[in-house]
Amino acid sequence: MTSVEPPLEEPRDGPELDGPELDRMLSETWGDKPGLIGWITTVDHKRVGKRYIVTAMTFLLLGGILALIMRLQLARPDSGLITADRYNQIFTMHGSTMMFLFAVPVMEAFGVYLVPLMVGTRAISFPRLNAFSYWLYLFGGIMLWVAFLRDVGPDVGWFSYTPLAGPEYSPGKRADFWAQLITFTEVAALAVAVEIVATVLKQRAPGMRLDRIPLFVWGMLVTAFMVIFSMPAVTLASSFLLSDRLVGTQFYNAAEGGSALLWQHLFWFFGHPEVYIIFIPALGFISAIVETFCKRPVFGYPLMVAALVTIGLLAFGLWVHHMFATGLPRLGYAFYTAASMSIALPSGVQIFCWIATMWGSKPRFEVPMWWVVGFIITFVIGGLTGVMVASVPLDLQLHDTYFVVAHFHYTLIGGAVFPLLGAITYWFPKITGRMMGDRLGKVAFVLVFAGFHLTFMTMHFTGLLGMPRRVYTYPAGLGWDMLNMVSTVGAFVMAFGVLVFLANLVASLRNGAIAGENPWDAASLEWATTSPPRPYNFAHIPAITSSTPLWEEELPVFSGLRVKERELVLTTVVEAIPDVRDPSPTPTIWPLLAALATTGLFIWSIFSPWALVYGAIPVGIAMTAWFWPKGAPQGHKEPVIE
Amino acid sequence: MSARQIFTGDLAVLPTHAFGPRSLTWWGVIAYMLIEGGGFALAGGAYFYLMSQETVWPPASMPPDLLPGALFTIIILISEIPNTLLKKAAEKEQRDRVILLIVLLDLFGLALLVIRGFEFAHINVRWSDNAYGSILWALLILHTIHILTDWAESVVLTALMCTDHGKEPRRFVDVSEDALYWRFVWMTWLPVFALIYLVPRWV
Repeated sequence: MTSVEPPLEEPRDGPELDGPELDRMLSETWGDKPGLIGWITTVDHKRVGKRYIVTAMTFLLLGGILALIMRLQLARPDSGLITADRYNQIFTMHGSTMMFLFAVPVMEAFGVYLVPLMVGTRAISFPRLNAFSYWLYLFGGIMLWVAFLRDVGPDVGWFSYTPLAGPEYSPGKRADFWAQLITFTEVAALAVAVEIVATVLKQRAPGMRLDRIPLFVWGMLVTAFMVIFSMPAVTLASSFLLSDRLVGTQFYNAAEGGSALLWQHLFWFFGHPEVYIIFIPALGFISAIVETFCKRPVFGYPLMVAALVTIGLLAFGLWVHHMFATGLPRLGYAFYTAASMSIALPSGVQIFCWIATMWGSKPRFEVPMWWVVGFIITFVIGGLTGVMVASVPLDLQLHDTYFVVAHFHYTLIGGAVFPLLGAITYWFPKITGRMMGDRLGKVAFVLVFAGFHLTFMTMHFTGLLGMPRRVYTYPAGLGWDMLNMVSTVGAFVMAFGVLVFLANLVASLRNGAIAGENPWDAASLEWATTSPPRPYNFAHIPAITSSTPLWEEELPVFSGLRVKERELVLTTVVEAIPDVRDPSPTPTIWPLLAALATTGLFIWSIFSPWALVYGAIPVGIAMTAWFWPKGAPQGHKEPVIE
Repeated sequence: MSARQIFTGDLAVLPTHAFGPRSLTWWGVIAYMLIEGGGFALAGGAYFYLMSQETVWPPASMPPDLLPGALFTIIILISEIPNTLLKKAAEKEQRDRVILLIVLLDLFGLALLVIRGFEFAHINVRWSDNAYGSILWALLILHTIHILTDWAESVVLTALMCTDHGKEPRRFVDVSEDALYWRFVWMTWLPVFALIYLVPRWV
């Protein structure tokens, strides 16, 4: 069916075309136009990944500022710093920003940047979709924050429960902006998930069999599948909510046969996997860092992969544990308690395998390893309180108290933000070409770690003493005063630590030590190219013979990809045998224009259902222009995507 | 590089396009089928959840009239015949035959969209009447979006095949994967048809 065409007389990489001459030609082919045009048309996964990371970290700071405002308000009883109404918006914005605009995007962003490098390919699959995804995410985030600053920020909690979020109890447009934020971020996340699945399954370097894939890449693959299976649930739920509010459907209206609990089921069918969508990439960070600084492959590779897949599957079986307080059949309680507790097993396997890797090795305690240790301590505590609230009688006591707030911040900050800060320190030299400062890095760790435990360890006790979540103030004399003050002090210590981390980052951008290709002496492929990598990633496609290719004596490479056109190699799914030379798309403005058209459609549809009809027309035009081949037909005997 | 670099093979001999699981497009299409299939499955789940809240189903109206839905189902099933022929012609890279068949499928799509209009007119409930009405409209709209987008994509592809771009082998891969997607569109219709037309009659 496919004929093997004889190689044409076109320049290809190889022993004859190597070094500076190859770099010049590949840079011309894979580089972007200079200046603003290049900036808005780029489809380079590294540029898109970097801006994804920077944007997500900006939202982390914004969400963090909201947290500090809440802590200021709660520091003293009967505080009048902010009104109840504003407080409702602030905690909703804090949760929504952290979950939808920071945590999931930042993990996917690292996948976008790192996965193509780690599997040894020239570009991510569907790079234009990748650019589209970023723009959509950015515009969605801006929409939400502009709404908030104009006092129409959502105020019904980050999970936007009906009937509170329904038309009867939340008139106005606040809840609609939240619902449409979901659409923006889920479309963006789904696009990245598709790219990662295709990149990992089809674009791995020759010889990178399934059992040689770096654990971070395995983690991103599992995460991508979880995104694919979970995010449709919340998109469906929020579309139902919008239509209840806009055109009077009755999905969540009990008076007309709807059900408020339908919302909770759909939301948590997404919402629980969401936690693991944030957590599994973080496990990948830890595995990469542990492997490098212990200078040995992670112990129990097959077990680690099995644990990742098991966590991914089990995560879909425990959404109802968020709904214990709604009243469930006995069997439901027992099943979801058992399922919730069982997910501790694969998580434990991961922890034990890392400890086994460190055991007997001589770990180098560089800053990324400090974050790993901070992660293990914090996450284990968060895991243990998780086992506690998996038990129904205890959960009914602790539900909606600060104990739960403490628990999930241990899992999310300890389980994801600590590994993330370690990962930033670890890959910063690859991304920027410079090392982050060591001393400030350690100071930042100590401040964040200490501040975190001061804030959130205390909240366990505040919760046990009965303080409910989401109250804007509390009367004096309930025994909560001191604990709240301590939490507030801790929050500011932590914020100061984050500032030190950022100051270190900015200073290192200018003055950090030059990193070189592989400053940590790591084993995976992203370290086999320059820091920062050239637009084409690798001069020659590497061939893999082990799971730690850079610790082998030599790194074999393949020749033969065209250098005057964007071309990469597709390999078979299991064995990664070279199969097809595939063209890769060139930069174009259309993903940005399509994202603008889609943004128009989404925002318009908050106000009118007709947006779905008329707003779809510009989207269709932009998508068609995006897809339509640009170059003269038959100009190339071999395919090109222009 | 830290490790020494040696050349172990040459990629120039590889083909530059392939069909099915060997192409990236196929994986993209499959991933979107998983996403959208998940959406349909969850909408189906919501349907049964809402049904469990009611004692009679439909609660206060007649089930949708069967004729337009049945007609739609028959025609969309028949469309698989030209669709299979189209997929085969694309994989053999027979351009004239591909153009003929894809135009035929465009016409099928148009006919289906017209019938879909009658389905909405004979659904016998408004979306705002009750949750039953809401979920019926949601399922029908969800599926209509699929018919509409695939039809639009197919029309664009038709135009593309008629230009000189249609001579490039990669365009046949596009046609082949588009035909694969059409299978998904009609396969998802069958359970949706059962939920809209049959379940309200059986219960």
